[in-house]
Amino acid sequence: MSENNGHDINTEVITPSLGTTMNTPTEDRTHRNADNLAVNGLTGLEARGVHAWFNKHHALADVSLHFPQNTVTGLIGPSGCGKSTFLRLLNRMHEFIPRAAMAGEVLFNGEDIYAPDVDPTEIRKRIGMVFQKPNPFPSMTIAENVLAGPKLAKVKVENKDELLEDCLTRAGLWKEVKDRLKASGSSLSGGQQQRLCIARALALKPEALLLDEPCSALDPGSTLRVEETIVQLSQTMTIVIVTHNMQQAARVSDYCAFFLSDGGPGQLVEADLTTNIFSNPRDQRTADYVQGRFG
Amino acid sequence: MSTPEQREIIIRRGRADTIFRGVIASGAMLSLVVLALIAGFLLFRGLEVFKDFGFSFLTGTQWDAGSGDASAPAHFGIAAMLIGSIVTAVIALIVAVPFAIAVSLFLEYYAPQFIRKPLTAILDLVAAIPSVIYGIWGYAILMPKAAGWAKSLNSWFDWIWIFKVPAPIFDRSPFIAGLLLALMVLPITTSVAREVYSQAPRDQIDAAYGLGGTKWGGIRTVVMPFGRSGLVGGAMLGLGRALGETIAVYLVLNLVFKVNFQILASAGGNVASLIATRFGEATPYELKALMAAGLVLFLVTLAVNAAATYIVSRSRTSA
Repeated sequence: MSENNGHDINTEVITPSLGTTMNTPTEDRTHRNADNLAVNGLTGLEARGVHAWFNKHHALADVSLHFPQNTVTGLIGPSGCGKSTFLRLLNRMHEFIPRAAMAGEVLFNGEDIYAPDVDPTEIRKRIGMVFQKPNPFPSMTIAENVLAGPKLAKVKVENKDELLEDCLTRAGLWKEVKDRLKASGSSLSGGQQQRLCIARALALKPEALLLDEPCSALDPGSTLRVEETIVQLSQTMTIVIVTHNMQQAARVSDYCAFFLSDGGPGQLVEADLTTNIFSNPRDQRTADYVQGRFG
Repeated sequence: MSTPEQREIIIRRGRADTIFRGVIASGAMLSLVVLALIAGFLLFRGLEVFKDFGFSFLTGTQWDAGSGDASAPAHFGIAAMLIGSIVTAVIALIVAVPFAIAVSLFLEYYAPQFIRKPLTAILDLVAAIPSVIYGIWGYAILMPKAAGWAKSLNSWFDWIWIFKVPAPIFDRSPFIAGLLLALMVLPITTSVAREVYSQAPRDQIDAAYGLGGTKWGGIRTVVMPFGRSGLVGGAMLGLGRALGETIAVYLVLNLVFKVNFQILASAGGNVASLIATRFGEATPYELKALMAAGLVLFLVTLAVNAAATYIVSRSRTSA
């Protein structure tokens, strides 16, 4: 990556510091304290020197980034900069795209999820995912949708009703659907469907949750509900969210990582506390992007 | 505010457009007219038989041209043949549909690219094999083998009524005809199933994988429910072909004018084969009866195909 010195410095200097020396975010993230950021290396998710290719196309180059446990990290950047590709690399969804390849390591609680002895279905069970377009299973009821994960992953559930209520409550949907759990999942509004998908992901009790522009198809009201849900969930799990919405990144994330492609593969320009990214970015390109001067 | 007068929008077409419209419209009309003429012709020729026998033409099992005078009156009933057609077609589907599901899922979700393309092409070629070739192959190769399978089925499952036989003869049975038909309907059923399965929404398959599902889990949760009605449509298109098949069935089935549900017995029926066998030496009156039988077959296959088309199109719009 010699053509981009700023990038080199950032990935090497900022990344280790993410997990260790940062202060508590000041804004509305009062439930944070320095303790849960102090542990490094063995907790949360960590990408080390990750590259991605689609066929011959080099889509993502040399991204190293640590997502500390129980924090929210926003991935921002213009379209086509590799954010979603990077997100899908974090729980091995990348390999479903024909002729997709990767390099580097993704460590989950210190273990490489791409190691040959790792069962990818086990990884996806522990690192849940919510997609851009709400995608409940149309052939299933609301209740069946929530419980689809344990069924697919062959996890035994002791008390289904309890799990159902718990997941729907945490996704902020219980009150709206508790009287029609037998209705089809696709009978809900877009925002409700997306929260149903979050509830579905929660049913597997994941340790991390990856969200790929979860609000891009939602109205502002539903977006706020989903954001509240994300902030609540981050008390117990590591969350990575791809978003095109700068206000959203500012509202929900503790950290932000800015990706950019200068025509070549997407690269990580800068990663820092969200407050720093928005008020005092190190790289001029980050400043231009968050202030809406391009992208 | 007064409501303005509505304007009439006049569309002027160029000459080329008008000619092209005329050509394609008459082409479309022509095919409908031919269909109507065929139905009309069969109805016209068969009407006398329908009048004479009424409902018993459908329920009777006797097929006797008589002697032409009052001493031995003619009796025509196609129940045995119609039921025989349905029995062999159903056997064909029971055998063919699981294979069609397996082949289409394999081609669409498991086969590597270098296998998928040639295999798909071969399947389309198989659909183009003339049915008399199937018939000859079925008679010479399949029947001797399948008679042995039928014998085994009979010895294991003869406590189930449909696997019983009145006499230990296993040649030329509905079972063998059904197996042969299964091979013949496999390409069309597979091709429709493959098309519907390939349209299963990618984002839902991703959701299944994202929940720790295996490939099979994703297929069972998303692809198969999505493709269900399309598969039914494909199966019914196959059923349409199986019901109308003539020559291949004629070569491997012993036509007997008796309603028979014992599929291993050497006695079956098939409307199309009946027409083919009797046509050459039929009396003028019997010829009319054969036309009437043809009309019944025509209506049944038309109904099956219409239902199939409806089901397939509904599965596409709901996608």
